[in-house]
Amino acid sequence: MTAAAGYGRALDLITRVRGVRGAMLVSAEDGIVVADQLMEGIKGPAVAALASSLTTRLRRAMEAAGVGASVFWHLQAEQGALLVVPTGGAGGILVVAVAEPDVNVGLVRLELLRAAEVAG
Amino acid sequence: MPDDVKTLSAQLAQDPDSLLFLRLAELLRQKGQVDAAHRVALTGLERHPHLADAHDLYARILADKHDYERAFDEWDMTLRIAPAHVGALKGLAFLYFKVGDVQQAAAHLEAAQRAAPDDPGVAQALALARGGASEVEREPPPDVPLAPAAQPLEEARVFAGLEGAQEGLLLLDASGRVLGGALKDPQGQDVTDAVAAYLAGVSQEAARTVKLLGLGGWTGLAAEGKLGHIHLTQPTGDALLLVVRDRAVPMGRLAIIAQRAALAARRWLEAHA
Repeated sequence: MTAAAGYGRALDLITRVRGVRGAMLVSAEDGIVVADQLMEGIKGPAVAALASSLTTRLRRAMEAAGVGASVFWHLQAEQGALLVVPTGGAGGILVVAVAEPDVNVGLVRLELLRAAEVAG
Repeated sequence: MPDDVKTLSAQLAQDPDSLLFLRLAELLRQKGQVDAAHRVALTGLERHPHLADAHDLYARILADKHDYERAFDEWDMTLRIAPAHVGALKGLAFLYFKVGDVQQAAAHLEAAQRAAPDDPGVAQALALARGGASEVEREPPPDVPLAPAAQPLEEARVFAGLEGAQEGLLLLDASGRVLGGALKDPQGQDVTDAVAAYLAGVSQEAARTVKLLGLGGWTGLAAEGKLGHIHLTQPTGDALLLVVRDRAVPMGRLAIIAQRAALAARRWLEAHA
């Protein structure tokens, strides 16, 4: 399987969950979108850059707090959520989902972790 | 504030690109180790030349060393980067006070008050400025009350009675300044300042992210770590509350703890406004 096909399969796992508006694979180091399946209107590159920056800050804060690097984080908002699984540390890939407010977070988390295995 | 120059120095050595230099230099400055603070701030500034807080810190250290001309330049630079930077506005007001230009001092303090209407230090300094030139001769030091205070505010009372108040709850302002609570790592070491430094700016980035996505305001940020979980929330518009617990505490329970702590923090912030 080519890398592109692998990425596509990983994203499919996430976007098939009801309430998910899109998914991306993002380079953790520079915040660049590696692959995406996003609904129209979502500003992928900008969101990817911010997700990367937030991941870095969280990783550093969590390591300093002694709870280890983040394996999943979830930004909750009034009208939706951003869910992220970082893989492979600072030089790895972020698996990102944008979701509706009533999405099943547990299910998305599971698919993000599965997608991380496929993409990794 | 815990006396952890050594810890912060070690952490900064491990991660020289981090913003820990701000806390370390401020701590050294408070201890009167101005030359050491100067070195740390300058090194940090070289790595983060576009960081307004770094220029502000460097300016305060220069003011401590009575190098007012360069302090002026640094605060001026701070305002070029962040035009409503309260610390720089206060700092410039202090310098104008020193040369007797009360009108300019008051103008800068008024700008600071617009940016931080709830800052009691600004109100106090403004009252002093409006009180007349004779008051100016008192020459307040750069950070009392003109420059930003860096001491935690009666921290023990913020989360009084809440579980983990002194090892797993932390209240910060928008710039990462510790307002209350404390954090300890699993070995019992105080990591309050280090964690606070890394969380500076998180609320702004979270707000920008959800705005870009058209999701309204952000209400919480939960993260699972390998050894524990954290939950971040905003008790008020510009404060940030962090709850840390080990992995035995489920994320849902953590959110409830965060809600209770946010309520306590909101009351405390309103009472101290």
